[in-house]
Amino acid sequence: MLQTNLKHVQSTAEFNALLSGGEKAAIVCGRMGPMCIPVYGVMETLESKYPDVKFFDMEFDAPVARETVRALPDVQSFYGLPFTVYLKDGKVVAATGGIQSKAQVKDILDGKLS
Amino acid sequence: MDTHDRSEWDVIVIGAGAAGLTAGIYLGRARQKTLILDHATVGGQMILTYAVANYPGVLEASGASIVHTMRQQAEAVGCTVMGNADVLRVDLRGDTKIVEVDDEGTFTAPVVILATGGIPRRLGLDSEEAFQARGISYCATCDGDFFTDQDIVVIGGGNSALEEAVSLTKYASSVTVIHEFEEFQAQPWAVEEARKNPKVRFLMAQEVVEFVGDGTLAAVVTRDKRSDELVRTEANGAFLFIGYVPNTRWLEGVVALNSRGEIVADEDLRTDVPGVFAAGDARAKRYRQITTAVADGTVAALSAIAYLTERARGAVDSAA
Repeated sequence: MLQTNLKHVQSTAEFNALLSGGEKAAIVCGRMGPMCIPVYGVMETLESKYPDVKFFDMEFDAPVARETVRALPDVQSFYGLPFTVYLKDGKVVAATGGIQSKAQVKDILDGKLS
Repeated sequence: MDTHDRSEWDVIVIGAGAAGLTAGIYLGRARQKTLILDHATVGGQMILTYAVANYPGVLEASGASIVHTMRQQAEAVGCTVMGNADVLRVDLRGDTKIVEVDDEGTFTAPVVILATGGIPRRLGLDSEEAFQARGISYCATCDGDFFTDQDIVVIGGGNSALEEAVSLTKYASSVTVIHEFEEFQAQPWAVEEARKNPKVRFLMAQEVVEFVGDGTLAAVVTRDKRSDELVRTEANGAFLFIGYVPNTRWLEGVVALNSRGEIVADEDLRTDVPGVFAAGDARAKRYRQITTAVADGTVAALSAIAYLTERARGAVDSAA
């Protein structure tokens, strides 16, 4: 399990429930590595500022990641951790690979999840 | 203790890397109300370091774990540490310094320590931006396994570039080191390690012109500085290790910077602005290590405490 203060998506059923429930959600799929930790930190900072968005992490090497986030068409061109996907109305509305700044994440939250 | 609503501090430390957190530890122990803030995640470049093996007293640890401990130490002595805090405006000229932070408010203090660190140097090519996380990476330990059995390049000629080139041979079929000069800046032992690895080859005196590919990286185009010829190197991955630049652009006109954009400070780490001190990789100095940043943080904090003591004495003298 990732050592963050975010909620964890640990099963495919949980991921599918987020999709089918039409939730606004941001999921950071990564490891406890140098490019991932800053993104978890950004999400933790923004969690209280976007109460209508659910923020999660997901362990990149766990089966749940292989069955869900890593299988999404949106991330097939990514070669950099973490993979971050944003869900709204049952769809993936944005996806990023690699480290992201707070400003970059806010741009997506404001532009795609508002 | 949630102190985010507090606006008045004894010291505001801008930058929460090794220098900033160390300054906080010393200031907190001296019972100075200290706010440490960082535009990014707490830890600075330390958090981007997978393994630290040259920090005295610690056999080997991840940068993240050292950050975690330093932050705990700073908070244990009363510091408030705020990550992902974008500084919108600073006014450091007056006796009371003003720091305005996005989403958090305006903070004041008689002393500010600038410990803003460095940020990775980029080539500045449009195509570099386009292929980030689509073939271009800045972290071998994070992304190396995406390139298993593929051909990749490493751009740079310092210790980091050559050490990471060797490390990436665990995954890649071949690693081509592309360097802008004919000689490496790396230490001889790092060059030797790279040269004796059969998977590593070298392209010297090359200027990177463009990254090309269709959605993901396919090749790197360079210009040979000796012949002016364009050279195309097929590669699915490119790892950039071309050093750091001081994170000081926003300080132009605020404190004195040298021609490289580094903060100019004296032996006690005082800048040209009274009450403003500098520490860590953002200041002008030759060597940049976690240990030197920690030393800077210590000196800047002790100098700040001396300044505050003198200032308080002056206020008392004036009142008398």
